[in-house]
Amino acid sequence: MSRRQMHLAAHFPGVNNTTVWSEPESGSQIEFSSFAHMAQTAERARFDFMFLAEGLRLREQNGAIYDLDVVGRPDNATILAAVAAVTEKLGLAATISSTFNEPYEVARRLASIDHLSGGRAAWNVVTSWDKFTGENFRRGGYLAQGDRYLRATQFLDTVMTLLDSWRGDEIVADKATGEFLRDADAGRFDVHVDQFDIRGRFSVPRSPQGRPVVLQAGDSDEGREFAAASADAIFTRHGSLEAGQAFYADVKRRLAAYGRTEDQLKILPATTFALGDTQAEAEERGRQIRRQQVSGQTALRFLEQVWNRDLSHLDPDGPLPDIDPLVVDGDTPRVSQGRAADRMYRDPLATAREWRERAAANNLSIRDLMTEVTSRQSFVGTPSSVAEQMERFVEQRASDGFILVPHITPTGLDEFADKVVPILQERGSFRADYTGSTLRDHLGLAPLDARASV
Amino acid sequence: MPDTPLHLGVLLDGAGRHPAAWREPQARPTDLFTAGYWAELVAEAEQGLLDLVTLDDTLGLQSADAFALDPRTDQVRGRLDASMLAARIAPLTSHVGILPTVVVTHTEPFHVSTTIATLDYVSSGRGGVQVRVSGRAEEAQLFGRRTLPTDRDELLAELFDEAADAVEVIRRLWDSWEDDAIIRDAATGRFVDRERLHYIDFEGRHFSVRGPSITPRPPQGQPIVAALAHRAEPFALVGTSADLGFVTPRDTADARTTVGAIREAQAAAGREAETVHVWADLTVVLDDDASAARDRLARLDSVAAYTDDARVFAGSPAELADLMADLRTAGLSGFRLRPAVLPDDLRQVTRGLVPELQRRGQFRTGYEASTLRGLLGLPRPADRYATVVRDRAGSTR
Ligand SMILES: Cc1cc2nc3c(=O)[nH]c(=O)nc-3n(C[C@H](O)[C@H](O)[C@H](O)COP(=O)(O)O)c2cc1C
Repeated sequence: MSRRQMHLAAHFPGVNNTTVWSEPESGSQIEFSSFAHMAQTAERARFDFMFLAEGLRLREQNGAIYDLDVVGRPDNATILAAVAAVTEKLGLAATISSTFNEPYEVARRLASIDHLSGGRAAWNVVTSWDKFTGENFRRGGYLAQGDRYLRATQFLDTVMTLLDSWRGDEIVADKATGEFLRDADAGRFDVHVDQFDIRGRFSVPRSPQGRPVVLQAGDSDEGREFAAASADAIFTRHGSLEAGQAFYADVKRRLAAYGRTEDQLKILPATTFALGDTQAEAEERGRQIRRQQVSGQTALRFLEQVWNRDLSHLDPDGPLPDIDPLVVDGDTPRVSQGRAADRMYRDPLATAREWRERAAANNLSIRDLMTEVTSRQSFVGTPSSVAEQMERFVEQRASDGFILVPHITPTGLDEFADKVVPILQERGSFRADYTGSTLRDHLGLAPLDARASV
Repeated sequence: MPDTPLHLGVLLDGAGRHPAAWREPQARPTDLFTAGYWAELVAEAEQGLLDLVTLDDTLGLQSADAFALDPRTDQVRGRLDASMLAARIAPLTSHVGILPTVVVTHTEPFHVSTTIATLDYVSSGRGGVQVRVSGRAEEAQLFGRRTLPTDRDELLAELFDEAADAVEVIRRLWDSWEDDAIIRDAATGRFVDRERLHYIDFEGRHFSVRGPSITPRPPQGQPIVAALAHRAEPFALVGTSADLGFVTPRDTADARTTVGAIREAQAAAGREAETVHVWADLTVVLDDDASAARDRLARLDSVAAYTDDARVFAGSPAELADLMADLRTAGLSGFRLRPAVLPDDLRQVTRGLVPELQRRGQFRTGYEASTLRGLLGLPRPADRYATVVRDRAGSTR
């Protein structure tokens, strides 16, 4: 029996309400031991990679730092370099902004991590562009909304030009003849585009993968096009079977225009999970987790993010407010700052209308409604049921695998690794062991030719 | 002989400081881009009970020409980002301090701050940074965002003024989370006490940074900031901003003048009460037999011409210990040795010089602390923003 193979990644718990910090077993989100624990669990379970999200300014709401969720993260690239020391095969994916960095330094970091991990580096290119985050940076970093994918595209291309500036055969290091480099021009590059005007020689010789695996997380038409042109994998929020299938078909359809085949871009939705010995027990567990994730206070904050108003006077167990959301143009600061997800609700008035109808029809309080509308794709059931549900998504072309988002740091993946992965392995839908050593190998991506882009 | 403890660090760079190092029999020039090579070197430094290693770095490719890229093919070219390397090595060691060199010209102080804070986490309190400026035109072109002044004095004034601002931002961001900012208060649903998170609101000529950091205060509170200093502007940077200055005296009198200049800058910055270490850099070629060391240096020099900004010493560990004792009288608290050849001269430091210094009662025989600040005799500093909160809370102090 040959089942369609899935890819699995572990999302280190992030700084939003998915992460439950109030449980006794919730550990540090910042100590290295937490990162080492989750990475080693993921590697033990033969996962493709571990993933870290990024936010370069602490979130604010109503003019104050948001304090209900986990706050505080390390620098991604630095943590992953350290995680490379305590793992051997696991891919290491860092989210790094294309707005608040320069290509030369990002290329150096990625090539260095790839060397130091023996070819396991991945880069999630994000296009965050807000003025609010820009206040932490020298470049200010404010981009008009329409320019951000232009910059992202040119940023990515430039990083690849830098990485390709070494072919891989330049270092001879012949002690007898005294020839260290074969090519006196190794690393030479020259880039002159709107966003970047740089030249010189890149300082890091070609790394094992040549280029890191490229992930993209962005959902607009431009974002999907960007992924189709350049990414090896997409990290998406489209979780349900139907939404996933639509997204999957849409993105895969775009590949041909770039001369790429369907297996060159993996679609990996974010998914949570809740396990139990029986279906009922798992469902109860899932409900409990959702209650923890959406407290009354959190529900009000969510509502404020869409309403763009201070609603702290409302009762979360009461009905939705009569007042409409405050609609502002993209450049006006909102009550919530520093959240990429705020862009999910592009027409707040329509959202409000829809939510009012839904709340009225089902007699839902603010908290009930927010618990429903913010829920992500979640696999709930016994280990074998969860395994089957996941396989169905992959068989039915809703995804090529999953980025699992545990709700507990750092042990939230343990149970999945111990109970679900062995079933997937036994059923032949997930690797029993690594067959290669690089992340490209794990993802089934062909090795790159040096100078692939030239 | 000063009775304060002697501190020792080593500078690690490529196959060693000497441009001919990579051709020596023990050299592993094809391993320079592997983690294993560096892990062995840093483990050797830790075996020798050294205070710290610095991992050298520049933005651009190495060049023998101080003002332009060179077309040479007979020397080591290419290197790894030192911060990534430092983080990769940190979990494999447990006592030695690790300082990557980081260029603060062109780069973002915010990223430097979170990177070094993260290094401090992954090393459990052994992180630091050697800040460096970049005045090279061809390095500015790697970023393409700025034209540097061509007048040398103007250039240095601008670069070091900016470096001081960068260190100020880096340090404020480290303090922007008070140690007890994370409260995990289930009763009120609050993860952090936002009263203990602080905007740093830095505004300077070169950049403005709002804060707070995205990274909680690192284990040491303030990781170690070091700088190499050859002249007035960097002496001032060390005096105003650093915990540790590396200097390059030719002799003891020269060392005395340099230490004096740094102490003056330190006093002018109102930091008399703080410990600012000043260590001398020495490039070393060592052998039990002093004449063998000198022969080796001559042989290396005949393969590749070499001058260093630091004094080059070739001789026995005992002779080096004598020289160090003499230099220390100028007020130096330690030395950063630059092994000319790796691993040979590093092993001579850890297995020759260190036992010699221990015999003389001048160097530790075991690690006495588990953080780098601890090894350097520096207390964990109070958070600069913490008193504000205490005042607001109305306590009597
Ligand atoms: C699943 C997912 C995860 C994301 N993770 C991050 C992140 O970690 N950091 C970040 O700055 N932006 C993140 N983003 C935001 C995107 O990079 C992008 O800025 C945003 O989705 C807007 O682009 P779009 O209009 O193409 O959707 C994420 C987006 C998605 C869909």
